[in-house]
Amino acid sequence: MSDIVISAKDVTRTFMISAGAFRGKKPLHAVNGISLEVERGDVLALVGESGCGKTTLAKMLLGLLPPSQGTIKFGGEPVSDIDRLKLAGLVQPIFQDPYSSLNPRKSIGSIITLPLRVQGDPNPETWRRRGEEMMEMVGLPARLFNNFPNQLSGGQRQRVAIARALINNPEVVICDEPTSALDVSVQSQILNLLQDLRKELNLTYIVISHNLAVVEHIATKVAVMYLGRIVEQKDVESLFAAPEHPYTRALLDSVLTPDPSMGVPDTQLGAAYPNPVNPPSGCTFHPRCAKVMDHCSAVAPKAIPRDGDFAECHLYDENEGKGRQAS
Amino acid sequence: MSDRILEVENLTVDIPVGGGMLHAVQGISFHVDRGETLCIVGESGCGKSLTSLAVMDLLPSKAFRGANVLNLADEDMLSAGERRMSDIRGNTMGMIFQEPMTSLNPAYTIGNQMEEGIKRHKNVSTAEARERAIYLLEKVGITGAASRLSQYPHQLSGGLRQRVMIAMTLMCGPNLIIADEPTTALDVTIQAQILLLLAELQREFDMGLILITHDLGVVARIADRVAVMYAGQIVEQGTAEQVFNRPTHPYTQGLLECIPIPGKTDRSKPLGSIPGIVPSLIGKFSACHFAERCPYAMDECVAENIDMQGAAEAGHEYRCLLDNETCDANARKKGVA
Repeated sequence: MSDIVISAKDVTRTFMISAGAFRGKKPLHAVNGISLEVERGDVLALVGESGCGKTTLAKMLLGLLPPSQGTIKFGGEPVSDIDRLKLAGLVQPIFQDPYSSLNPRKSIGSIITLPLRVQGDPNPETWRRRGEEMMEMVGLPARLFNNFPNQLSGGQRQRVAIARALINNPEVVICDEPTSALDVSVQSQILNLLQDLRKELNLTYIVISHNLAVVEHIATKVAVMYLGRIVEQKDVESLFAAPEHPYTRALLDSVLTPDPSMGVPDTQLGAAYPNPVNPPSGCTFHPRCAKVMDHCSAVAPKAIPRDGDFAECHLYDENEGKGRQAS
Repeated sequence: MSDRILEVENLTVDIPVGGGMLHAVQGISFHVDRGETLCIVGESGCGKSLTSLAVMDLLPSKAFRGANVLNLADEDMLSAGERRMSDIRGNTMGMIFQEPMTSLNPAYTIGNQMEEGIKRHKNVSTAEARERAIYLLEKVGITGAASRLSQYPHQLSGGLRQRVMIAMTLMCGPNLIIADEPTTALDVTIQAQILLLLAELQREFDMGLILITHDLGVVARIADRVAVMYAGQIVEQGTAEQVFNRPTHPYTQGLLECIPIPGKTDRSKPLGSIPGIVPSLIGKFSACHFAERCPYAMDECVAENIDMQGAAEAGHEYRCLLDNETCDANARKKGVA
């Protein structure tokens, strides 16, 4: 039985970018036709280089940005039809930098209980107790209730952000690089906390990260994004065991595990990330691809089903010959 | 001995702050040989960046630097005056900073900024400086080098800017490069490229390289020798192979436990973690800075003065009261050895 919590169908988001003072605007397809489905209890990781549209996609899933085309559904209902307040109670974000995502002039207690006030929770007398319970759950001492963010360390601040996200019992939490601003020893504390909370509260996570070692540890499914498209989507085990898209392979190669017997990997990703305003023709990855073929620059690949999921690459297209003639 | 490029003994950095004296770096000693990569690794606030600034004599004016020995290629930098130091900086010793976005001047062209240093330090004509800039830009893998010289930093991507920074550091042919988190602001794929480039250039020009980072993955792949810093002290030092395969200090062991390794770490179990936070370095503190967070802390840890002691192999030392066998047994128990 599949229980789809959040789904996107052919979602596109286009920004109009100024090309210069006297020139017209150019479209930038930050997210270009993405479809995905997240089941309850899953941890979907979105990975990819900066500028590939991860954060734009997350903002659309949060309802902060409307998609230019396509629909995002939450529990079967289009997000655009759901009341903003109600949606905020169902989907909550945890941002990257806990130094800038907490209001420095509000106390910890007031930051954590703000969602209750915003939602007009009917029992104001319980807010403080619930805030303190939440703090205990994320491993913050209740005595910090009246302190301010500048008195807290980075790890503690991220715990505050987590407590704020969870106080209204959301169904989905979208974590945008939840640990990349933190030190290694604190990162593992936060990852363990996120894992524990997921089991305890039956949460669904969408995690955005560029740290593939972290992704491998917490995700159940991974979607690899490149220039606004998901180029490969798979279960985490099979993605790490047998990456199929050449880009996924290059990304996995660039993970630096602490193994002194290995040197620095050569990812073969020669050219720099392309300009998204002017993407390459055909398969957008072809200028950097180690396995590029003749027709890659002409024909954009379609999603090829691979073991239940998909990879968008001509390498796996069985009808490749036919496709070439047809084009 | 001319192979030794940098020799540092008992370096301290003290900064007066509101609540007293902040002992940011507390008597650390290390050395770098020609063609060698020393990685200084530690969490934020452990003093690794201040160490590099102290070596360059670029500390903020209110900070105090002290050392017994600070030699760059047999020259005593402690007695060198400001004028001599500015001859050394950018000439025999170069620095690559973390943020390629902010360390280049947005108001000058790439060429202007690259040629500035060499014209200051060496007696070269503009044409020669330009030629060298083009040569080095090609060396660091930038295409169309000649046309890049007239571009401004905002016209380049982050990876390209960091390449420009590296080329700029190489302009005067330095003996020593200090790279402070050179890849932290970059994507993982670009990070691998930049590290590969640094390693290649270092071999080619036979320089010493000090790489400062918090990323243990980077360290393991590129370092010859590793110094692990914690709260202003070096707690473990040795070759990369020694530190990563036979970590002795409880802090190093804890750090290695914290990192998830694809295919190796058990996904169903929680990651290892180090409880607590880095102690404040203001005023006085106990002998072992890690004692509060250490799973093996004893009463003696807070009382006695703790010196570096040698591990089983030569060149591998650590700052802990536990003897070597106990440490090795702990490492095996934790599964990090």
